[in-house]
Amino acid sequence: MSKLNLTRRGVLQTGVVAGAGLTLPTYLRAESHAGFTNAPTGDTVTLGFNVPQSGPYADEGADELRAYELAVEHLNGGGDGGLLNTFSSKALQGNGILGKKVEYVTGDTQTKSDAARASARSMIEKDGAVMITGGSSSGVAVAVQALCQEAGVIFMAGLTHSNDTTGKDKKANGFRHFFNSYMSGAALAPILAANYGNDRKAYHLTADYNWGYTTEEAVRTSTEALGWETVATVLTPLTQTDFSSYITPILQSDADVLVLNHYGGNMVNSLTNAVQFGLRDRMVNGKQFEIVVPLYSRLMAKGAGANVKGIFGSTNWHWSLQDEGSKAFVKSFGTKYGFPPSQAAHTCYVQALLYADAVERGGSFNPCAVGEALKDFEFDGMGNGPTLYRGEDHQCFKDVLVVKGKENPTSEFDLLEIVEITPVSQVTYDASIFGGELGACNPGA
Amino acid sequence: MEAIILQVLNGLDKGSAYALIALGLTLIFGTLGVVNFAHGALFMIGAFCAVTLSRIISISHEVVDNTQTDFLGNPLKVDVPYVYDWFGQATGDALIDWAVPLSILFAIPVMVGIGVAMERGLIKHFYKRPHADQILVTFGLAIVLQEIIKYFYGANPIPTPAPDAFRGSFDFGAAFGFDPNVIIYPYWRLVYFGFAAIIIGAVFAFLQFTTFGMVVRAGMADRETVQLLGINIDRRFTLMFGIAAAVAGLAGVMYTPINSPNYHMGMDFLVLSFVVVVVGGMGSLPGAVLAGFLLGILESFASMREVLNILPGLNQIIIYLVAIIILLTRPRGLMGRKGVMED
Amino acid sequence: MFGLEKKDARLLILVAVLVAFAPFILNPFPEGSGLAQFNAGYPDLMQRFVIFGIFAIGFNILFGLTGYLSFGHAAFLGVGSYAAMWMMKLLTMNVIPGIVVSVIVAGVFSLAVGWISLRRSGIYFSILTLAFAQMSYSLAYSVLTPLTGGETGLQPKITDPRILDAALAPGATPKANLFGLEMGSSVELGMGSWLFTFNAGYYVAAIVMLVAFYMSIRIFRSPFGMMLRAVKSNQQRLNYTGLNTKPYTLAAFVISGMYAGLAGGLMVAMDTQVGAERMFWTASGEVVLMTILGGVGTLIGPVLGAGAIKYMENILSKINSDILHTWFAFLPDGLEDFVVTLIYPFIGKGWHLTLGLIFMAVVIFLPGGLVEGGQKIAKLFKRKSPVDDSPDGKTTPAE
Repeated sequence: MSKLNLTRRGVLQTGVVAGAGLTLPTYLRAESHAGFTNAPTGDTVTLGFNVPQSGPYADEGADELRAYELAVEHLNGGGDGGLLNTFSSKALQGNGILGKKVEYVTGDTQTKSDAARASARSMIEKDGAVMITGGSSSGVAVAVQALCQEAGVIFMAGLTHSNDTTGKDKKANGFRHFFNSYMSGAALAPILAANYGNDRKAYHLTADYNWGYTTEEAVRTSTEALGWETVATVLTPLTQTDFSSYITPILQSDADVLVLNHYGGNMVNSLTNAVQFGLRDRMVNGKQFEIVVPLYSRLMAKGAGANVKGIFGSTNWHWSLQDEGSKAFVKSFGTKYGFPPSQAAHTCYVQALLYADAVERGGSFNPCAVGEALKDFEFDGMGNGPTLYRGEDHQCFKDVLVVKGKENPTSEFDLLEIVEITPVSQVTYDASIFGGELGACNPGA
Repeated sequence: MEAIILQVLNGLDKGSAYALIALGLTLIFGTLGVVNFAHGALFMIGAFCAVTLSRIISISHEVVDNTQTDFLGNPLKVDVPYVYDWFGQATGDALIDWAVPLSILFAIPVMVGIGVAMERGLIKHFYKRPHADQILVTFGLAIVLQEIIKYFYGANPIPTPAPDAFRGSFDFGAAFGFDPNVIIYPYWRLVYFGFAAIIIGAVFAFLQFTTFGMVVRAGMADRETVQLLGINIDRRFTLMFGIAAAVAGLAGVMYTPINSPNYHMGMDFLVLSFVVVVVGGMGSLPGAVLAGFLLGILESFASMREVLNILPGLNQIIIYLVAIIILLTRPRGLMGRKGVMED
Repeated sequence: MFGLEKKDARLLILVAVLVAFAPFILNPFPEGSGLAQFNAGYPDLMQRFVIFGIFAIGFNILFGLTGYLSFGHAAFLGVGSYAAMWMMKLLTMNVIPGIVVSVIVAGVFSLAVGWISLRRSGIYFSILTLAFAQMSYSLAYSVLTPLTGGETGLQPKITDPRILDAALAPGATPKANLFGLEMGSSVELGMGSWLFTFNAGYYVAAIVMLVAFYMSIRIFRSPFGMMLRAVKSNQQRLNYTGLNTKPYTLAAFVISGMYAGLAGGLMVAMDTQVGAERMFWTASGEVVLMTILGGVGTLIGPVLGAGAIKYMENILSKINSDILHTWFAFLPDGLEDFVVTLIYPFIGKGWHLTLGLIFMAVVIFLPGGLVEGGQKIAKLFKRKSPVDDSPDGKTTPAE
């Protein structure tokens, strides 16, 4: 065997190539230049929109992409300006970012962390993207956020609801506008207690992965604090499609509330099955049996159809909000695409604008300057009321919406109605409770 | 006790879905010897036959309602299905309500057509090719079918409810003298079970008691000899492929009210259906059905809290664990024939 | 040369040259031109090409030679990845221990799985391997979360112990390196409007891949390889001659499992992240498809197949309607929209459709995979029979 020879050969060859290369070039450089990764040099700047385009969340990804395209249009001064008109910071002029025209590249996360990172890396390495944003699950958000930290670009998370994203897995280069499990629990519990009473017995079905665990924990602790009892918690596999065998045991328990800590297809199926088994018509301990879905999205509500009627949950934003910001966003999105935006679209649009604004205020695309500008940034007019981008964990703090499935929808988009806008003070928590280390910002090369 | 009865019911219900899909697959895979990775896609297309028919029935024209406004503040456009205009609102509603059962009639010709076209156009040329080639071509086909559905219907699940008449639950407790409201089971799931039993029975009867079935069985056992006898076995196999596609499709149609269909539901069932067929034993129709029910019931029991407290995560792996145990103790699955896909 | 026949040595040298010059070959279009979209010469994708090449080469040793179709090889890749990641978290960010341990762990795991699964053959074997892989995936995603990170996977953290490394400078992030050479570091070469990137990680992976490729040639040409082929063509006859084939098939299984582990370890070394999806059945299916697409039982086929699938996944999926409009901007407006509408379903979010169509086209028109396509083209250009790297000259049925 001459394995060693071959290795040396490979090394030699590489050396020869590199040597030959050295004699030829018009320029040769290591990556470092301008002090940070992918510093825009021309009169344009490239942003990377990394959203699920295939797999179960493809429709949500498509909505995110629409929002990003709208944001780019507004940043470049096109359209009606959307939220630029209502945003409390007036740094953005509609002439791009720092005078550079905004361009974008898109990629497919497939809702898999490997594919998402491959796509994000190609945006950073090939297309020179200076910021990556988007995504529709926490697994992807955490993976891409870690990548951006390493590569030295900013990550503006899309839809990700797990505590981990700005908790144990937080990174200095990553920012999240969306709310999280903790906030869902804190916002939902009082409404549930007010509507269903303080002496309820809850049965949890929980998706068997990180997001499910944090959501169950949040809802359980905040409902127990108000006097509820947790009868049982059962973990269900992510790949489960038929939940009947998890639902029939509820008939034997004395639980009178079912909490479905499920998202996406899991939630659509588990809720559909629960309604099939007549849980909503059930009386236990002399009380009406109720179902709760901690995290709602419009697409999920659409998938579950009539089954969502009257069921409580929480969302980050909803198009029926009547503040100036929401109205402006719904108007420009609806005029362009013909239907109202989803919460995923909203958070992505806002994230794009917040990034642009932070660059403008910080005066540089350098991730450290952006991070500094976003740190403890307070703003308003983006549809969620006064909002704080907390410096300790890069999480946005804003009001949380408690919604319930609408009884008489007027269109296929009109599925949820707002029950209560929970004030931000009620959902704020101490940044240290989830552990994790933010680290220092990394500007890359 | 009640818990166990309910889990048996769940198992039978899940099992009937598994058995139906596996039955179609085993007709193609276990007997024609074609590794058909597009079988899941056929199940999915069946489900979308139901979606399509309910869309066709509820094709609407817009009527402007000035009393309501849409999200942009313009007068609301209300969709009024044409069936309202033609048959009046009551009959129209009933038609829309019964879309899923009606889809059975729609799905049978569509699925047989797809199956026959698939066999004639593609699979026919692959009988003699290595299994590797069959995998690649049918997997490619599955992706293409799936993407076509995604292009027209999107990626989100589409709610397709059962008719109102089947919406409630049957109370076994009251019927058999237990406490009422403890052993209840949704009507539609019972319908699914019954439907599966009828289809499975029909396929068996067809193969067992008709001349056509006899020839097909002979062809499965020894294709060449049957051909030597001057029988055009190819044409019969084409039809069997069509029947297999129809069985998969009907399983899909009837499944839509249980879980909202989406474009990748076929892939979700694909691996499982292969496991069921192989655990049942290659080349055995009764084996596939038996394995379907067995795995369905075991899966249901493994999801009980009492079990999970002792063995956390068992519900994640039960199907595969059972498959391994069965294949190690019974070399050819439950009822496999010797020499089918063994080398 | 290196104990290889002339023909094989030529192939090895050809592959080595292609791999060494990949940054040039894969970047044929100048920066800023419309076609630059098709350039694949950036570090991430080049790394993926060689890593999945290794994975497919290893898979082909089992499937191509013995005909045993494993449907659970992604499990070994995943296990290797987790092992490498834990080495990086506990020991050092140097990639060597991680890669070595990933191969060992994957070897042990594949020994266990192979020991059990190889008691059956044909489809029963495939389902057994599939079952083990699916169990690994499900458990890694759920109950093993403390060990695997579950949904969010594992990444190196600032707070990890890393007992062999010096403490990180304040503000620094842990980066995978080879004795200080960072895997992410690159040298860029600008020539006119062309830009070529030479990435340290890619060349490390490429060298490993060449070694792996060389070993696979040696295995293909060895008596051991001959024995494996004999298993494929008629195992019964071998048994009747009194030979116990199990040690051979098990060895092939473990070797190919170790290749998968190596690929998994390299993946972590190049991109410090591991998640459970890596073990899902679709990942196992992907390597099967790569091998068949390229050409089962051929030496270079699996690498080509891996390259083709990864290219489509990473390049096609990034073309959006905006880019299409810039490409066809020269057409009159109506025609431009028409052409864009026509192409749009096949790119961007529709890249799966193209992938499916290509699978079908290849298997229908090129029964031996891409390698046969290459041979057909070669035949067009020269009279004498082209380099035939499948030793028996044809791909035999493999089930």
